Amino acid sequence: MWDWAFAFEILPILAHAAIISIEATLVGFVLAAGLGLVLALARIAFPWTAWPISVLVELIRSTPLLIQIFFLYFVFPSFGITLDAFTAGVLALGIHYAAYCSEVYRAGFDNIHRGQWEASIALNLSAWTTFRDIIIPQAIPPIVPALGNYLVALFKETPLLSAIAVLELMQTAKIIGSETFRYTEPITLVGLFFLAMSLVSASLIRAAERYLNRRPAR
Amino acid sequence: MTDKPMVRFDKVSKRYGPLTVLDSLELDVMKGEKVAIIGPSGSGKTTVLRMLMTLEAIDDGVIWVEGSPLTHMERNGQLVRADQAHIRKIRAKIGMVFQSFNLFPHMTAMKNCIEAPVTVLGMKKAEAEARAAELLDMVGLSQKKEHYPSQLSGGQQQRVAIARALAMRPKIMLFDEVTSALDPELVGEVLQVIRKLGSEHDLTMLMVTHQMGFAKEFADRICFFYQGKICEQGHPKEFFGNPKNERTRQFLHAVLEAG
Amino acid sequence: MGIRTLIVMLVASVVIIAILATQETYRIFVPGLLEGALLTAKITVLGALLAVAMGVLAALGKLYGPAPVRWLANIYIEIFRGTSALVQLFWLFFVLPQFGINLEAFTVAVLALGLNIGAYGAECARGAITSVARGQWEAATALNMTRFQMLRRIILPQAFIAMIPPWGNLFIELLKSTALVSLITLSDLAFKAQQMNQTTMKTIPIFTLVLLIYLAMSLVITIAMRYLEQRASRGLARGRTV
Repeated sequence: MWDWAFAFEILPILAHAAIISIEATLVGFVLAAGLGLVLALARIAFPWTAWPISVLVELIRSTPLLIQIFFLYFVFPSFGITLDAFTAGVLALGIHYAAYCSEVYRAGFDNIHRGQWEASIALNLSAWTTFRDIIIPQAIPPIVPALGNYLVALFKETPLLSAIAVLELMQTAKIIGSETFRYTEPITLVGLFFLAMSLVSASLIRAAERYLNRRPAR
Repeated sequence: MTDKPMVRFDKVSKRYGPLTVLDSLELDVMKGEKVAIIGPSGSGKTTVLRMLMTLEAIDDGVIWVEGSPLTHMERNGQLVRADQAHIRKIRAKIGMVFQSFNLFPHMTAMKNCIEAPVTVLGMKKAEAEARAAELLDMVGLSQKKEHYPSQLSGGQQQRVAIARALAMRPKIMLFDEVTSALDPELVGEVLQVIRKLGSEHDLTMLMVTHQMGFAKEFADRICFFYQGKICEQGHPKEFFGNPKNERTRQFLHAVLEAG
Repeated sequence: MGIRTLIVMLVASVVIIAILATQETYRIFVPGLLEGALLTAKITVLGALLAVAMGVLAALGKLYGPAPVRWLANIYIEIFRGTSALVQLFWLFFVLPQFGINLEAFTVAVLALGLNIGAYGAECARGAITSVARGQWEAATALNMTRFQMLRRIILPQAFIAMIPPWGNLFIELLKSTALVSLITLSDLAFKAQQMNQTTMKTIPIFTLVLLIYLAMSLVITIAMRYLEQRASRGLARGRTV
């Protein structure tokens, strides 16, 4: 059944693996949020990119993340570049979620009233200044919760990296299981860890939402 | 004329937090009586109907329907809060037509009218359809039997709603501002149906309405509500001709001015 | 996108697959991949059925059940949304046998994915049910229907129509998560792709085909749901005024 002694024994090992999971999440999300912003801005700055980018985004969103991970991991060697599993995995996660983030940014930008753009033109502001000082400060705060949700989603998908043998939580749990023939404790602990992180982040995101939506006193 | 009222509100009160919407209401409606309830908004008139239809719970008092308690039930000689089964039993005698019609959008007019008789009363489909056809004919909509609510005008929808309520053979019909949501030119056809109902059937009718002209000509009694209490009531001739209360006079003056 | 555009895209992808199937480099992979796609489709359909059942049950339980049922529904939803499909899949695959429950991999797959998507679906169902206008409830009460009759005949049919678009998106998520079953030894499309890739290292042709096949399948789902929505809202004329 459930062996508490064993559970405590493997906790340190899992804790180490958790660090890898968290690293993958953070690096992946930085890539996702950054690349997503670039894609969203490109659509506005260079309108001819709008169609190719939306096709790319659709493609990425319509196919399984696992396939994308396999693809990136195995396609590079055919060009002579070998990526280690962690890099390939994080790259795949980053690109996959960049597609989702770019849609979030797009919605954020769409929500900016046209008048803001027009006022900027009337004041002869450069495109760069307009984005930096006018558009982005207004567009970003409302979409932070949505981005937060993707951060959590990305984190929950890190176990997929076990498919290419990245030593994150799930892979470590499986290794413990195959070595000791006790799968219950490792996998359940991993599940509980994700559940706990999910609940904590959900309330953090709600708090962020409340903070961002507070109305300044007039 | 039996001396037991069809509907009795026995010191009924309703509160929303600190706000008292109905204050120890005492109201008797006799069998076959047509009562028009009028008054300014917030006076509690719609709440009276909604509580009778059990859409809202009462806070104090008891509502009696045809001698049996609706909101309560008798247990060992005592009155206790009624359970769902009891409420449904008594509620079967009451039907209601709403301001926003509330027809079932995914069903045709005919289906709307047979739904409850079949599922609640256990009527056979053929029998229910025959009755529904009769009722839809009475409200002047036999041509629109197979139409969906979205294909009917407001006035037509409200008439279907009346037919739907009647299909359950209620003894008491409640009309909650049934013409308020209609374009002016459609009001007449609905009032005409209500008039017909009143003359051809022995129904007890309570209606909340702003149609003073109709109330004057159709009702047996007018009840004027003000701030949760009945301020004045009486036969239309008396009520409109010689209002006794100052507030009644003010209200009537304002309403008649508005035309 | 209109239903016509979607059908065009579906036809285009099938045509491209067919053309590629005649090409030397691609031809050998097509039969194996299609075989895998068949298993993927089976798991998707069965998983979808389970998901709808669980989602609607959980929503009803959460909305109208007595306290213990509400509690259970909430726990189900929190657990299956708070952990990823892969964690759930592995748990059912590796841990259940340790308790003496030995299920076939296929069953585990359908169970895990169905329960996973069902938990998200519960939110859709709940939202759709509560969005049915209050007036409908009141009219049904005035006609003296029981709670069960109201739900079954009046509320759920209307909620059903509102549910179709979000469920459509969930079914596509389900399709995508079937790729995970390749990790519990099921020979689905993803497994076949990996297998072929390991042996031939012809990554680009294989994954191009795989991409097109998943795309085609997700288009089939989207088109089916659009069609369902059209049929179901026949007569409702949502948004149209008389």
